[in-house]
Parts: sequence; structure tokens; C-alpha cells
Amino acid sequence: MTDKEYWKANIKLLIILLSIWLMIWFGFGIVLSDFLDQFSIGGFKLGFWFAQQGSIYGFVILIFVYVFAMNRIEKKLKDNKEDKS
Amino acid sequence: MSAQALTYLFVGLSFMLYIGIAIWSRAESTNDFYVAGKGVNPVANGMATAADWMSASSFISMAGLISFLGKDGAVYLMGWTGGYVLLALLLAPYLRKFGQYTVPDFIGTRYYSKTARLVAVLCLIFISFTYVSGQMRGVGIVFSRFLEVEINIGVIIGMIVVFFYAVLGGMKGITYTQVAQYCVMIFAYLVPAIFISILITGNPVPQLGFGDTLVNSSTYLLDKLDQLSIDLGFNAYTESTKSNIDIFCITAALMFGTAGLPHVIVRFFTVPKVSDARKSAGYALICIAILYTTAPAVAAFSRVNFIESIQEKSYLDSPDWFKNWENIGLIAWKDKNDDGLINYSVGKAFEEGRPDFLDSRGSQGEREIKNPITKDNDNEVYIDQDIMVLANPEIAKLPAWVMALVAAGGLAAALSTAAGLLLVISSSISHDLLKKTFMPKINEKQELFYARCSAAIAIFIAGLFGIYPPGFVAQVVAFAFGLAASTIFPAIFLGIFLKRLNKEGAIFGMLGGLLFTSSYIIFFKFISPELNNPENWLFGISPEGIGFLGMFVNFMIAIFVSALTAKPPIKVEQMVDKIRLP
Repeated sequence: MTDKEYWKANIKLLIILLSIWLMIWFGFGIVLSDFLDQFSIGGFKLGFWFAQQGSIYGFVILIFVYVFAMNRIEKKLKDNKEDKS
Repeated sequence: MSAQALTYLFVGLSFMLYIGIAIWSRAESTNDFYVAGKGVNPVANGMATAADWMSASSFISMAGLISFLGKDGAVYLMGWTGGYVLLALLLAPYLRKFGQYTVPDFIGTRYYSKTARLVAVLCLIFISFTYVSGQMRGVGIVFSRFLEVEINIGVIIGMIVVFFYAVLGGMKGITYTQVAQYCVMIFAYLVPAIFISILITGNPVPQLGFGDTLVNSSTYLLDKLDQLSIDLGFNAYTESTKSNIDIFCITAALMFGTAGLPHVIVRFFTVPKVSDARKSAGYALICIAILYTTAPAVAAFSRVNFIESIQEKSYLDSPDWFKNWENIGLIAWKDKNDDGLINYSVGKAFEEGRPDFLDSRGSQGEREIKNPITKDNDNEVYIDQDIMVLANPEIAKLPAWVMALVAAGGLAAALSTAAGLLLVISSSISHDLLKKTFMPKINEKQELFYARCSAAIAIFIAGLFGIYPPGFVAQVVAFAFGLAASTIFPAIFLGIFLKRLNKEGAIFGMLGGLLFTSSYIIFFKFISPELNNPENWLFGISPEGIGFLGMFVNFMIAIFVSALTAKPPIKVEQMVDKIRLP
């Protein structure tokens, strides 16, 4: 993997993760929230749960997916540099 | 031991711990003072970031805010956590790779311009002082209620403690005290929440408990809360009332603002490696999420408890906490219909916001107020939202040591954030204003000396804000986030992701964002507050959410101006290439 490919892979990952990020809070937390309220888990209406709980869990998972994916991309870049030298 | 003695004990012990850490972790160099020698373990940095970020308002006010807003309170929950995703993905790793000391450092170097650096310093100081004044008020409130010390003395004690570890230890001292403060704060937040969750629902996990059924009943807590709210004339607790576009913009402004707050960004300069910066943002968000997922549970519990323990009770038999907080001035009651009962319902009990107490007592022994009474509703109770956390243990009749714990936790939250803010103020003065702009000849020892002096002066000014709180603090919180979102975030983001952006673009972009956002907020909050309603707002966006639009104003100006002016020098392009790689 070259430096250029590394940056491309990084941007691609960012776009995917930020789309999920937007879906979590704007999608489930705000726009679809009233629709989701017709379902419930335990005593929570689903839209309410997403707005006050689920979105936060989603953000945490998202950052760790990013950490994991970036470590893999970084490793590819490093291996490649070692191969060359 | 009495509640008061316990509180003194807990607060005293926690202060001794902070000062002990300060002495142990003195800063020896500017590298120590500004970025803790870049040797902070990512988990420790995550905890320190969480303490840095969660202020007196997260600890004391947020649950109360949600308690009164119901579902709409999610704006704050999502807004103040989602920003960490932006921070982790878009800023933290690159800034760590850049490897300098302050936020204006990055902006000044990337845009090869002293002007850009100065504009950044200006935004940073404004944002940070706005924030600090709120912390000092928090310290004062906790001291006056729990230790029965005068507010001013409380603020001075807080100043001395912060002075000790911020001036002595710089970032190094602050980091390790913040780790300790995080532990104190989270313990103090969780213990009463768990207790109350067990009392109300029998479920020891508050995050699950507030979706559970009430003890000895098959009714869900939230259904009951919806019913109680409707009975009193409020909207159902689990339904939202604001328009989607406004909720979207407020949440987004809080997120981008969070990602652009200098005292949070600078924490990611302190870890050893780029990959640690990413990990550390994840740990920080876990630490924050523990409190932020508990807060809505506390909000729901305390709302039910509050309504049930006072509604239609006679004032004479009302619980002690009601009278205690009335004496502090955070609760007021006016018997509008002269029945001697406390009638709580929708609407403001009287005009002019906060109660203005007279020295006299009414027929029931209640404190009399000057404010004219409102005629359009039957509500008789004024409640400051802060008491939903502070009085929560009393309302739920928890043991005295839990209350003492809450006092120590509130102080930890306020002091940790104040210290982080004071540090970025002082380093932007000693490093960016003096060393990099006006006094480039000073050596490291002198710079460290100036850093300590400016920290001391900043603490003094922050203390003055605490003793003489400017009346506009509540209004300017929107300001801090709006400015961070419309100036600092775009400047850093474009600096990393758009190589072509030059100094002209960045400077005009920041100034444009600053001007647009501040004039909108000043107009609606200070010049014509009577026009502050959805019909007059631009695209239906409230002043709280305008920072999001300000960010796009910044983007557009920056890109347009850049396209018309010269390319940045090769050296800068090479620097951007370098920070993009791990």
C-alpha cells in the first residue's frame, strides 16, 4: 500500500462511518424517532430509547470500529514499507 | 456523624488527594506544562478527557434539564456525545501527528500566518472564559448548599485548589488530578442513581431501570411519567415538541462545537502515538457514556419522585428538602389560591424568571417574593433545574453519606473542567501570544515562568466571574459552542483535509463564521430578545443551533477566497502530507 492508497482507504472509511453516524442520530434519533415509537422494548418506546440511550452506545461502537479498521490499514502501510526496504 | 460533617470529610479528603497528586506530578519543562510530556497512557487520557469535558453543568444541571424537557432533552445527550465521533475520526489523530502544543499553534503553522494564530487565540480565549464562569458558579452553589459556607468563600477555596495543581503541575498535574476527579465524579453520580433505581423499579442498573416496571406494580415507569405529565398539563414525557429542523441544527451545533472546543482537543496532544489518540477518544467516550446514559434515567426518576412528593401536599407538611432549597433560593412557592397546598402544574408561577425574595415570610412560613404573579396558569412552584441532581438523594430519602458524595462529585466536575480551561487559556497566552508572536526571544525557562503567571492570572479572573457572575452566563453557553463550531472546527478540519486552502481563505473563513454566528446570537439574545421566536428565525433555526449554519458560512467563504488567491507554499503542502500519515 502506498501513501496515496493509504489516504484513499482512510477517506473511504471516514465516509462510511460518518454516514452511519448521521443515520444513528439524525435518522433514528430525530427523523424516524416518532415512527419508531410505535415499537417498544420493555418499557421504552423504541424512538425514545434511541434518542436517549441507543445513539450514545452507537457512537461508542463506531469509534472502536474506526480504531480497529485504522489499525489494519496502518499495518498494511507498514508491511508494504518494510517489503520495499 | 452528621450530614454536614460527612460532607466536610468527603470534600476535604478529595481536595487533599488532588493537592497530593499536584505535588507528585510537578511540571519541569514547557513540554510537561503544555502536553504532559506526551507520555499519558490512552486509558488515563480517556478518563482525564471525560473529567475535562464533563463540567458542573453535565454533573449538576443536565439531568434536571432533561427532566423538564422530556424526550427533547436528547438534543444534549446526542449533541454532547456525538461530537467525540467527529473528534476521533476527523481531528485527534492528525493533530497528535502534528505534535505541537496548542490549537492556535496548529492554525498558525498550517496557515503560515501570525494573523491566523491571533484570530484563533481570540476565539479560544472567548470560548474558554465563557465556559469557566459557569464552573465557578457551580463551585459556589455546591459550597453554599452542602457546606453552608458563603458562596464567595467557596469560590475562593476552589480557586486556591485549582491554583495549586494548575500552576504547579500544568498539563501534567491537571491530567492526573483529572483521572482522580473522574473516579470521584462517576462514583458520586452512579451511587445515588443505583439506589434510586432499586427503590423505584427494583432494577440495579439505572439505564435499564427507567424502562422497567415500578416496584409492586405492572405499570412501566415511563408510562406512569407520561400520565403524570399529562395530568399536570405538560406534554407527555416521551414525546418531542420541537421542530425537526431546529433539533437537527442544535444537535449538530453541539456536536461540531464539542469537536472544536480547545480544552478537549488539546487533551489528545498528550498521548504518545497517533494510534493512541484514536483509542483514547474511544475510552473518553466510554467514560462519558457511563454518565450520559445514567443522566436520562436520573431525569425520569427524579421527575416522578419530585411530583409525587410535593403535589397537593400542604406546605406545612412538605418535606424538609423543599424548605431547605427554598432557603437557598432555588425553590419558591406562592400560594395563589390560598388553599395551603402546593399546586404544581404547567406554566411559570410568576414573571421575570428567577425569584426575587423579600426578607419577610408568608402566613405558612414560606419566603415571600417580589415578582408579579402570572394570572394565566395555576402553577405555584418555581424550581431551579439544578436541584434535580443536588436534591435527588434527599428527595429519595437516601442516607447522609450519599449526599456528601454528591457534593464531592459536583466539586470534582467543576474543578476538573475549570483547570482544563485555565490551562488552554494560559498556554495560548504564554506560547502563542508571547513566545510565537510578541516575545520570540524568551527561552524555555522564561516561557514556563510566563505560562505559570498567565495561569495564575486566568484563575484570578475566573474567580472574579464566580464571585460577580455576569448575568448573561446562561445565554452565552450557546455562544461558546456556536463559536467553536463556526471558527475553530472548520479551520482545523479544512487544514487537514483540503490542502489547497491558504491563509487568506482560513482567516476570512474564521472571521466570517465568527461574525455571522455572533451577530445572530447577539441580535436574538441581547438586542431584541422579544423577537426570539420561530417566526423570526432564519430557516427556523434558533440561536442555539446557528453555529451549524455558521460552520457552512465559514466553509464557503474559506473555499471561495482560497480559490481567488495564491496557493499555499510547498512547505505547507508537505506538512499536510506528513500529518495525514500515521
